[in-house]
Amino acid sequence: MTLPLASILTTFRDAVTFIFEQRESGAGTVRIGGLQEIGHLAGNQFAVSFLALAVAIAVAVPIGLWLGHLGRAEFLAIGVANIGRAVPALALIAFFVAFLGTGFANITFALTLLAIPPILTNTYVGMRQVDRELVDAARGQGLSEVQVIRQVELPLAMATIFGGVRLSAVTVLATAIIAPLAGLDTLGSPIISSEIYGEAGQIGAAIVVAVLTLITDAGFALVQRLVTPKGLRVAGREGGQSRTWPMSTRRVQLR
Amino acid sequence: MEAGPEGSSAEPLEFRDATKRYPGSVTPAVNELTLEVAAGEICVLVGPSGCGKTTAMRMVNRMIDITSGDILLGGRSVKNRKPAELRRHIGYVIQQIGLFPHRTIADNVATVPKLLGWDKHRIVKRVDELLELVGLDPHEMRGRYPTQLSGGQRQRVGVARALAVDPPVMLMDEPFGAIDPINRERLQNEFLRLQAELRKTIIFVTHDIDEAIKMGDRIAIMQTGGKLAQYAPPAELLMAPANEFVEDFVGADRALKRLALQRVRDIDLWSVATCRVGEPVAEVRTRLEDADLDFPLLVDEHLRPIGWLSERALTGERVREELRSKADPIVELDDILRDALSDLLARDSMYGPVVDADGRTVGVLSIQVISHAVGGAVAGVPSAADRAP
Amino acid sequence: MSLALTLIAQGGGFVRDRAGESGCPGNNGVCLSWVLDHLDRYQTPFLEHVYISVVPVVIGFAIALSVGLLAHRQRWLITPLTGLTSALYTIPSIAAFLLLLPITGRGNDTAIVALTAYTLVIIFRNVITGLASVPKDAVDAARGMGLTSRQLLFRVELPLALPEILAGLRIAAATTVGLAAFAYLAGAGGLGRNIDLNITFKGNVLICGVLLTLLAAALDLTVLTFQRLVTPWRRAASS
Repeated sequence: MTLPLASILTTFRDAVTFIFEQRESGAGTVRIGGLQEIGHLAGNQFAVSFLALAVAIAVAVPIGLWLGHLGRAEFLAIGVANIGRAVPALALIAFFVAFLGTGFANITFALTLLAIPPILTNTYVGMRQVDRELVDAARGQGLSEVQVIRQVELPLAMATIFGGVRLSAVTVLATAIIAPLAGLDTLGSPIISSEIYGEAGQIGAAIVVAVLTLITDAGFALVQRLVTPKGLRVAGREGGQSRTWPMSTRRVQLR
Repeated sequence: MEAGPEGSSAEPLEFRDATKRYPGSVTPAVNELTLEVAAGEICVLVGPSGCGKTTAMRMVNRMIDITSGDILLGGRSVKNRKPAELRRHIGYVIQQIGLFPHRTIADNVATVPKLLGWDKHRIVKRVDELLELVGLDPHEMRGRYPTQLSGGQRQRVGVARALAVDPPVMLMDEPFGAIDPINRERLQNEFLRLQAELRKTIIFVTHDIDEAIKMGDRIAIMQTGGKLAQYAPPAELLMAPANEFVEDFVGADRALKRLALQRVRDIDLWSVATCRVGEPVAEVRTRLEDADLDFPLLVDEHLRPIGWLSERALTGERVREELRSKADPIVELDDILRDALSDLLARDSMYGPVVDADGRTVGVLSIQVISHAVGGAVAGVPSAADRAP
Repeated sequence: MSLALTLIAQGGGFVRDRAGESGCPGNNGVCLSWVLDHLDRYQTPFLEHVYISVVPVVIGFAIALSVGLLAHRQRWLITPLTGLTSALYTIPSIAAFLLLLPITGRGNDTAIVALTAYTLVIIFRNVITGLASVPKDAVDAARGMGLTSRQLLFRVELPLALPEILAGLRIAAATTVGLAAFAYLAGAGGLGRNIDLNITFKGNVLICGVLLTLLAAALDLTVLTFQRLVTPWRRAASS
């Protein structure tokens, strides 16, 4: 099954060369590879992902905050994550292409739908995890409902909410790889059109996308850390405080 | 040391300079604890948080390993025995109970018998026997799961589980701590009744001095730093605290606490002049002179108290039925002194006639009598199990 | 965008057409009757898809359980393992498939290795949290009564951690079915290629979507039924 070591290293070296140097395509008809093209493709991918994520946040967070504050529609809020996870990304994109056609708007719409579930569920769960007695005390002191959300619940739920945003970002970024199927060039183009880009192109693009995704995740992790109120951060470190997830098969993977 | 009371499997327990030191900590958690628990007795370990009482208890079944010194169970060191094997012969009851949520009540109780390889038939019988012993209906309970039971019921199952193989020693760590106060008192009383029957050697840990006084045959008060402050029966603890710490821990109301230890029969009562309707007044007056109390008590032909006579009852030749007040409250010889005092105060009565098991008047109790008795020496205080109301 | 148009003009590129089909398929409609007539075209890809979904889940579960039990005993392992698995999970599956290509060659094996890694990651986390969620007092009581470490693990900890672990298995199964759709890019079989080949053909996309959903649902239901059977006490609790 495994190929000889020398051949493996050669393949990787070719892939890395693809990233940095332009060359002719297999058919000799176009120039492919090189940092400029990689940059262009990556740029597209980040652009569409960023947009989808932004819209998803704008839609999911307010809904999640309100439902979580009220404690309503738990089944929906948690179930939507399960549905989101069960839907194969490829099938979703294909569905959009088949029924709605190609184009930047369509692919963004599809990615937004994909991005919403983790954010919605994490926002809901983050809000529910806030100690009810704290909320009660806040109300008792005279804060309005909106003030309670903004000053008490939201800061405490921030870490969890951001965990959802982070998960969503990574998911969207990964799915944006197949955006070429919907007509948008991203780092998935070399992967899907291997007859033009060759194996070196495929693997090269894979390397780039893997590295960029890891960096993005690390970046979000850092922001997640910063966004956690200091008091909670210290407690988490010392006590190994485990947060209780909803105990059931409706459990959601939270980061 | 001999084995426990006849018929029981209890063994004596001894701590010998038992010490537990945690690495990196200056003060030991338990500091050279030395005490002997006679077979069939309840030894209560009590003290403030961090005094090492739970640590000391857990050293007995090697849940925590002793740093130096020894613990002897029935004369044999616990250090020589394999932990798992040792623990199967020690009853273990903890505050949070720790029933297995995924097993039925019957399976929970049968845990150790199964470990020891008892045959199925014997296990089933034993489980039913134990459930009944702790006041639960076997047929109703055996197939249920712990989540379906209340806290009090679960703790009973916990006790049943600990008693499964009739262990010589039982360790109980705040067993009733998680139960509400009303049920806690019930469980304590029932447990004392059980102990009167089973006579096990028990180490009982609590932070509540009142529970310690109620449950313990002997009480070991521990101070922060794992040191033993005093090891004595409850009465001695209350009357002769060894140092300021014990005094403070027992509480400023030690005199009142002692009332919980005694019954009416234990103290010297005042004598009272009893008389019946129609008796010659002259005789009654003679009796009044000899009696401790100046007021005559009207009784029936069985010497049962009816009421306190007023002055006018004694004006004629013979006693008339003219009552000043009813004989209320009527106190029994077996009543706990604290409860009797409580009744006197509640009824706003100065005096309460004391009757024996047949209802016959044998004396009178008053607040004065009680305070006189509490202030003086007390002889022959009975053990905890006998005190169960 | 210009590159895409160039490639389409060249006749290669992203959107392939079905040579020689007339009527409904040629118009990319839903065409249920055509699809149902040609269901045999989907048979092999579907079975391949089942293969590359189930095998990773089974292997991944076995590995995750073993490693999880090990980490439960040797707690220092938990942090590095969690970090490693998180990093693995972050790498997009497509990238993972391709990065394995030089090592494992084109075909199903590559897909299985990569998908096993993802399954492992998901289930490992659940094994750890599942074992951590076992009530501490039950563990203390079990030890105090004289259960050995092994007896404690198999009679108390694992049964009580099972619901959480099986929840992870269900999630892993559903996720794997979805990720396996990309395996075709690394030369494996599966329904992914069917989707890609005829992405504008509505009927095709629909049937692939339905098949994938059915597969995921079937796996989910299997695990759920198994879970109901082995955890009778949870039913009692809710009654």
